[in-house]
Amino acid sequence: MKHPVTQVQLKNGMKVMLKEIRTAPIVSSWIWYKVGSRDEPTGRTGVSHWSEHMMFKGTKKFPGNVLDKAISREGGRWNASTSRDSTRYYETMPAAKIDLALRLEADRMTRSLFDPKEVASERTVIISEREGSENEPMFLLGEAVQHASFRVHPYHHEIIGDMADLRSMTREDLYDHYRSFYVPNNAVLSLAGDFETKSMLKRIKELFESIPQGETPPRLARPEPERNGEVRLTVEGPGETAFTQIAYPFPNATHPDYFPLQVLESLLNGASGLSYKTCRLYRALVDKGLAVDVSGWAEATIDPYLYRFTIVHRPDKEPREALAALDDEIKRMQDKPAPTAEIQRAVKQARAVFAYGSENITHQAFWMGYTSMFSDYGWYTTYLKKLAKVTPGDVQRVAREYFQPKKRVVGVYLPKGKAA
Amino acid sequence: MTKKNRTSFPSPEDVYQTTLSNGITILARSNFNSPAVNISGHLPAGSLFETDDKLGLADFVSSMVMRGTQKRTFDSIYNELESVGASLGVDSGVHNVNFGGRALVEDLPLLLTLLSESLQTPTFPRDEVERLRTQLLTGLALRAQDTSDMADLVFEQFLYADHPYGKPTDGFVETVQSITRDDLERFHRLHFGPRGLVIAIVGAIHPKRAAEAVEKALGSWQVPGQKEPPALPPLKPVKRTIKGHHPIPGKSQSDLVVGTLGPNRKSPDFMAASLGNSVLGQFGMMGRIGDSVREKAGLAYYAYSSLHSGIGPGSWEVAAGVNPKNLKKALGLIEKELRRFVKSGVTKEELADSQANFVGRLPLSLESNGGMAGAILNIHRYDLGMDYYQRYEGLVRKVTRADVVEAARKYINPERLVVATAGP
Repeated sequence: MKHPVTQVQLKNGMKVMLKEIRTAPIVSSWIWYKVGSRDEPTGRTGVSHWSEHMMFKGTKKFPGNVLDKAISREGGRWNASTSRDSTRYYETMPAAKIDLALRLEADRMTRSLFDPKEVASERTVIISEREGSENEPMFLLGEAVQHASFRVHPYHHEIIGDMADLRSMTREDLYDHYRSFYVPNNAVLSLAGDFETKSMLKRIKELFESIPQGETPPRLARPEPERNGEVRLTVEGPGETAFTQIAYPFPNATHPDYFPLQVLESLLNGASGLSYKTCRLYRALVDKGLAVDVSGWAEATIDPYLYRFTIVHRPDKEPREALAALDDEIKRMQDKPAPTAEIQRAVKQARAVFAYGSENITHQAFWMGYTSMFSDYGWYTTYLKKLAKVTPGDVQRVAREYFQPKKRVVGVYLPKGKAA
Repeated sequence: MTKKNRTSFPSPEDVYQTTLSNGITILARSNFNSPAVNISGHLPAGSLFETDDKLGLADFVSSMVMRGTQKRTFDSIYNELESVGASLGVDSGVHNVNFGGRALVEDLPLLLTLLSESLQTPTFPRDEVERLRTQLLTGLALRAQDTSDMADLVFEQFLYADHPYGKPTDGFVETVQSITRDDLERFHRLHFGPRGLVIAIVGAIHPKRAAEAVEKALGSWQVPGQKEPPALPPLKPVKRTIKGHHPIPGKSQSDLVVGTLGPNRKSPDFMAASLGNSVLGQFGMMGRIGDSVREKAGLAYYAYSSLHSGIGPGSWEVAAGVNPKNLKKALGLIEKELRRFVKSGVTKEELADSQANFVGRLPLSLESNGGMAGAILNIHRYDLGMDYYQRYEGLVRKVTRADVVEAARKYINPERLVVATAGP
C-alpha cells in the first residue's frame, strides 16, 4: 500500500490511527465516539446530535467564542456530525497548526461545560434545524418510512430526534449522555496528512493518555424481528410532485452478503459518486418516461439497516406505474444472473471513485475512523478485492434473498397542490 | 507562509498556458499524487443571449448537448462515461456555459472526445427534448416549494430589476413550456463556438501532453460568425428599502434574504469587502450575524452573510432560515448588525483573524484537482495573474480597517436594502 497506517491503542483504551500523506501541507484529524441515534431511548431521541452541538459551546480552557475563532484563525476547516452509529468531530488544518485541534479535542472529551443558558439557546436552534428539514417532502417521507421499518430496533427514529423530545429534554439528560459515552475507551482518533508518525504519536500520548478510562458504555440493540407482509403508507403535504420511497431490510456492513449487494446496487442504481444514467432502473423508469428520477442507496451500519429506493414521479403518470417497472427490474435480477461484464464494470467504477477520494486528505482520515465504527480499516483497503470476487450467481442469490416484497415498506408522498 | 505551501500553489512556472488558432485557451497543471485527471471550463453562451419569453433557453440547451450527438445517443454517451467511472457535466449561468468532468488519467482521451462531440455536434433528439422538459418542469415545481430558492429568486428580481442578473437562469414554467426544438438548435448554432472557450486540466499528466490532447479533440472546431455576448445594461440603484414576500403555504420554516449590491470580482475593493464579509457573517460560527441570530438569540440553525462577485455587479447578502413567527425579530437583529458594520467597521483583532483565516485556508482549497482547476480558471477569468496565489498573502495582509469600513459604506446602506422572504 502506498501510505501505511499505524494503529495503536493507548493505555486508557483509546484507539489511534495515523497515515502519513506528504502531498500537501495539510493534516486532517478526526475523533470518533461510538454513540449515535441508535443509542437513544424513547424520551431522549436526538440527544446524541444535540450533545454534538453542545461540544462547540466550550470548555473552561476553550470558551465557546474562543474555540471556533481559534480554529478559523489558523485557516482550519472543522465540523461535526452525528450518524445512527457514531458521533464524529474533525479539524483539517495547515500541518503546522494541527496541535491546536488535538489540544482542543483532548480538552473537550471530558471538560465541555453544557452551560444551562447555552442549552436553552441551542434548544431553539435545533428545533429550527428540524423545522427546516420538515420543509422538505423527502424528509417527511423518509422519516415515516424509517419509522415503519423499525418497530423494535432503535434505528426507528431520525437522527435529529422527535420534536416532543427536543422540547422536553433537560440539561441533565444531555450531560449524562456526554459523560457516559465520551470516554477514551469509547473513542477512535484518526489522522492523515503531512506529519511524522513517531513524533505525532508521542504528542497524542501526551495529550490523551492521561484521560482516565471510563466504563465502556453498553449499546442499545434490540434486533428487529423479520416482517411477513408489506407495509404501505402515505404522507400528505404541500407541493405538486409525488415521491415514492421503498425500503428493504439490508444486512450490516460486515455481513458477507454486503459486497454482492454493493455490486447489485451498482447495476440497479449506479455507483455512488458517479452519474447513474445507464443503470438498469434509470433506463427502465426515466428513459421509458415513467418517472423524472430514480435513485437508491444503502448505509454501512453496525446492525442491519435499510436499502432505500426513491422515485420522483412525473405529474402525468400514476406512482404505481413506476413502482411496477421497478419491481420488474428487481425480478429480472432475481431471474437471471447478471453478465460478468457488468460486474467488471462495477469494479472499475469503484476503482475510479477510490482514486478521486485519494486527492483529499480529509477524506483519507475520514475512512480510517469511519470503518472502525462498524468493522476495521481492512474493510476499506480490501474493498476493491472483495468486489472483484463477486460472481453473477452471488448477485442473483442476494437479489432473491433481500428484495422480497413481503419484507418491504412502501411510502408515497401525496402532494396536496399549491394551497395545502 | 512556508516554502512547501508556496510550491503547492499555482505559479507561472508550473501552469502551462496556450491559445489554439481557433481561440481556445488551455491551462494545464500536473498532479501525480493520484491517478486521476480533472477538466473544467466555460464558453460564453449563457442566459445573456436569451429573450424574456424564452428564459431558461441557455440552461435547456446546455442540459441537452449530452443527450445525443451525431455519433452517439444519450444512453451510449453515458454508457461510455459510467463504464469507466468517469463523469462529465454541462450547465449554464448568466455569462457562460460551464463544463466539468473527471476520469482516471487513462480515460482522458475518452472524456475529451465526449466533451468535443457534445459541444460541437449535439442533435437535440425530439424524445430527449420532451423527456428533459418534464424533468426541468418538475425542477421548477420543486423550486416553487423551496423557501430558500424562492427567497433568493425574489431577492434577485428586486435587486437586479430589468437586468439579466435578476432573471432566473432556469426560467419559469411558461417560458420552459414555450421553448421549441428549433429554439434549442438555433441557440446552439449561433452561440456555441471555440472563441472565448477556456479549459483547465489538472491531474496525472504532463501539462504539454494535456494541451495536445485538448488540441486533438477541439483544435479543428470553427464557427464563423459566432456571436459576441451583449454588454450588460446599466443597473437602477435601490432608492429605499424594498420588501417582498413569496407565500408558500404549509411550510414550517421561512427563509429570509437581506442585502444589497456588492463589488465585482475585479473591483480594487474586492479584497476589503471580502474580509469585511468574513467578519460580518462567515468567520468562526458564521461571524457576527451567526453570533447574534444563532448563538445569542437561538433563532436559526443557519444565519450568515455572503459576497457574490463575478464579471458584473455583485451582491452582498445575509440569509437565514427561521420559524415564521420569528421573521421580524431575525430581520431586526440582522439590520442592527449591518448598521454597526457600516458605522464602526471591524476591530483590529477581527480583521487580523479573518486575514489569518484567508491565508491559512489556501492549501486546503487547492488540494484536489477540482479545486486547483477552479482556481486557475478564476485567475484567467478575472486577469489576476498566474502568480496571484504567490502574491496572495501580501494582498490579504495589506487591507486595513479603513479599507474595510470604506467598502462597507460604499456598498451597504441600511436604509436601502432589499428584503425578501418566502414561507407560509
